[in-house]
Amino acid sequence: MALSAGEEPAAENFIEDPVESSPEVPAEVTPAGSSSAFGRMLHWNAARTAQRRRAGELETRRSRRKRSSWRFILPSLIGVSVFFLVPFLVVVYYSLVNNPVQHVFVGADNYMRILQNPAFLTAARNTLVFSMISVPLAVVLSLFLAVVLESRIPFKSYFRSFFLSPMMVPVASVILVWQVLFHSHGLANDMIGFFGLGPIDWPKSDYAMIPICILFLWKNLGYNMILFMAGLSAIPREILEVAKLESATDWQIFWSIKLRYLSSSIMFVTIMSLINSFKVFREIYLLTGDHPYGSLYMLQHFINNNLSSLDYQKVSSAAIIMSVVMVGIIALLLLAENRAGRDLES
Amino acid sequence: MEEERKSPVPENGEQQLPAENNSIEKEEKKLPAPAVHLSGSQRRRAAAILEHRRRQQEEAEQQRRLEMALDREQARILHGKRMRRRFVKAALITVLAGIFAVLFLMPIVVTFTNSFMAPSEINANYGKVFETGTNGGRVFISDKVNLKFIPDMVTFSQYASVLFRSPEYLLKFWNSVLYVVPIVVFQLLVASLAAFGFARYSGKVRSALFFIYIAVMLMPYQVTLVPNFLVSGWLHILNTRWAILLPGIFSPFAVYMLTKYMRRIPVSLYEAAEIDGAGEWQIFTQICMPLCRSGLVSIAILLFIDYWNMVEQPLILLNNSEMHPLSVFLSEINAGEISLAFAVAVIYMVLPMLIFLYGEEYLVEGITYQGGVKE
Repeated sequence: MALSAGEEPAAENFIEDPVESSPEVPAEVTPAGSSSAFGRMLHWNAARTAQRRRAGELETRRSRRKRSSWRFILPSLIGVSVFFLVPFLVVVYYSLVNNPVQHVFVGADNYMRILQNPAFLTAARNTLVFSMISVPLAVVLSLFLAVVLESRIPFKSYFRSFFLSPMMVPVASVILVWQVLFHSHGLANDMIGFFGLGPIDWPKSDYAMIPICILFLWKNLGYNMILFMAGLSAIPREILEVAKLESATDWQIFWSIKLRYLSSSIMFVTIMSLINSFKVFREIYLLTGDHPYGSLYMLQHFINNNLSSLDYQKVSSAAIIMSVVMVGIIALLLLAENRAGRDLES
Repeated sequence: MEEERKSPVPENGEQQLPAENNSIEKEEKKLPAPAVHLSGSQRRRAAAILEHRRRQQEEAEQQRRLEMALDREQARILHGKRMRRRFVKAALITVLAGIFAVLFLMPIVVTFTNSFMAPSEINANYGKVFETGTNGGRVFISDKVNLKFIPDMVTFSQYASVLFRSPEYLLKFWNSVLYVVPIVVFQLLVASLAAFGFARYSGKVRSALFFIYIAVMLMPYQVTLVPNFLVSGWLHILNTRWAILLPGIFSPFAVYMLTKYMRRIPVSLYEAAEIDGAGEWQIFTQICMPLCRSGLVSIAILLFIDYWNMVEQPLILLNNSEMHPLSVFLSEINAGEISLAFAVAVIYMVLPMLIFLYGEEYLVEGITYQGGVKE
């Protein structure tokens, strides 16, 4: 953060400094008003050229830096606006009108309808259930792996490579193995048969989430583990040494020191696992195709199927609900992490 | 820890011993020179008492030494125990890690070994799994399905037929390459420009914009694909390569990562260049970019994995399965082609695995950089 806003007075906006004296430009430019950032930038570019004509080489180094930083951002900004921001606003708009042809404003009707749509509710519930099961497992198991790799054992770097390697393997490549393993007469059923449990037709039963969950964990644990390892190595050594001199047990050190210092890592891993758990459609699609068993019908299936039938209202209101939920979850976790961090500082 | 605890014991003993001796000598010196006059028998008794006392002290001293030695021995035994316990613990953890490692590697190894099976063997083992029903859904028929680790006979017939007789797989592989390479290259290009902008100067507007970038980055496909679909429709690029390429190129992930990376470059380097009269563009190309080389590699690897794996985007944005990447195509394999599937799977994962072998450190660095949304 060496180049942060602290270097500049925060209120100083890029619009305000060089153009005030130029007559071509209206004296007051709305700083954060109706026009978009892009529009303002065009406006400001015009102002800049006019100003430069008059002031010549008088511009300071800092304003040059400011101006050119926008030039560097511009290509990406255009792309992000065109492909993500503007269409997202249109999606918001679509979720509020009756259809894309008539454009009659219907308020929250679409949302009401989607919230009563049984397919959407099933998909939402399945997605939620999957996240509730897999995210805590992913966090706990990967933390466990990171702690294991932190202890004094041989072949550490090999183990790290082994745990990380599933991340690089495309899901599509190992899906065959999963299909064989979880076939109704496959290895998984043999194993549970050993404990006297009846054979399960995995992809078409209420336990269908288990293979998916295992696949999800298999793929994501390594990534989370690396994040935790980074967090663990960032804990100040002195504190751990003091704790050991005071004859704290390993268990105490883990619970009262390491976990506290890992709070931000835990937050980040939870967010990433949550986001990845929403992406689990990929695995389900590759395993079971377009129309899986009911307990595997995810939100992405809902959106895919309705998008192909061009039902914009359903899709856009579902997407908006999703994004609101996502923003809510991220904000909540950030808040929780902030509190944990403050706790640590005091 | 153990060394520290062990060492003070002999040191203490050696330090205390001479002190003890001194006190005895002092006592001896003090006692034989009494102020009072003593008779012969008295002197003899005194000498005897003195002798007795000295002997007692010596005995006590010996006892102490013995005890200390015992203590030391005990400490050594305890230390040994502790070492042994630690060894047992390490062994247990290693075994545990080994079990996990086997579980993690198993699917990869099985895919790899099975790719050397003869088609007939594959059909015999797994034919039941992939017997097709209607529209690609799989019908499961009751018969034994055994996962075999080692083929009865090693052949390259799967690879031979993939490479020479079934061009559609190579075509799909090529499709994947055609999506991934431009996305990685151009996203890095666009992103390094933008990241330089964000890192070089951050006002209020830029901070807000950066936050929006993070939000877009964190949104799942369910949210971003609907806007992507709409835009592709407006631009008439739906069902063309561009529908995948353009959103990929402008995805804000690399911007976020590179900005974090660039913010760690010391400002003084830029300032020095500025004083030497370098323009912003020169600072970017000649100072910032060379310093970001390892960051660029890390991000390129992360991007590569992400897009090599992609399934959602082609499914929604491309109707025409001719243009699908291999990942989607692999899921559509049916009974007729099952004998090739493992070889195709291996071909598909060879490239990422090679990148992993040579770039693991970069990958780890990239993941570590991703950690910590706030900064």
